[in-house]
Amino acid sequence: MDWQGQKLAEQLMQILLVGFAVVAFAAGYALGSFQMMLLIYASGVVITTLITVPNWPFYNRHTLKWLDPREAEKHPKPQIASSSSKKKSNKK
Amino acid sequence: MHSFVYRANAVLTFAVTVLALMCAIASFSDNLNSPSPSADVQVLNINWFQKSTQGNDEVSMTLNISANLQSLFTWNTKQVFVFLAAEYETPQNSLNQVSLWDGIIPSKEHAKFGIHTTNKYRFTDQGSNLRGKQYNLTLHWHVMPKTGKMFADKIVMTGFRLPEEYR
Repeated sequence: MDWQGQKLAEQLMQILLVGFAVVAFAAGYALGSFQMMLLIYASGVVITTLITVPNWPFYNRHTLKWLDPREAEKHPKPQIASSSSKKKSNKK
Repeated sequence: MHSFVYRANAVLTFAVTVLALMCAIASFSDNLNSPSPSADVQVLNINWFQKSTQGNDEVSMTLNISANLQSLFTWNTKQVFVFLAAEYETPQNSLNQVSLWDGIIPSKEHAKFGIHTTNKYRFTDQGSNLRGKQYNLTLHWHVMPKTGKMFADKIVMTGFRLPEEYR
């Protein structure tokens, strides 16, 4: 799952659960049945789990493009070794 | 991070949090119900009335209890516990409560009832103050919800008097 997919999964999870809760409460209150509320909400939780827990393909539409390693070697990271070595020597 | 187990845990914890919130609101919704219960009790007969060997007065009576408690039931009500208490004042205690009968009402359909019964529990005084005693019969009830706060209330029926003599 890529970064965008993680954000999407998290938002979907929250919106779906709260949505199901609202529907379940309204239906339960309207029908005067506590059991109905629990049943609707429980099925909502199952549906939410199925949608947001497995790593579905649509969570992987923004794959990270890593640099080719050979390309990376041509552009070495800036060195910060000089300052860190001084600190180390001070400590010793 | 963000593995299968992580997401399953997140769904579960959030689902339980939301469920707790729903239960809290369901409990709160009970306050919107304004019940109008009614009750009537008749003492049909004093079967016997005597002083026990310990010196305490004891009465046996036949009661006719009828009540309509259907308006107490909401969608969040599991059951209602009712009991009928005799309440009176003595020089020793400003309030004596003696439970004479009780019952559990499991559903709205059973909440309108009429019962013809002798007192289920012994009507005994602490001492011998019952002759000619004026007393109230009070129907108490406790509404037990599926979730949340328990409610209790009562209906007081006044103007009952025990006989002047043992019989």
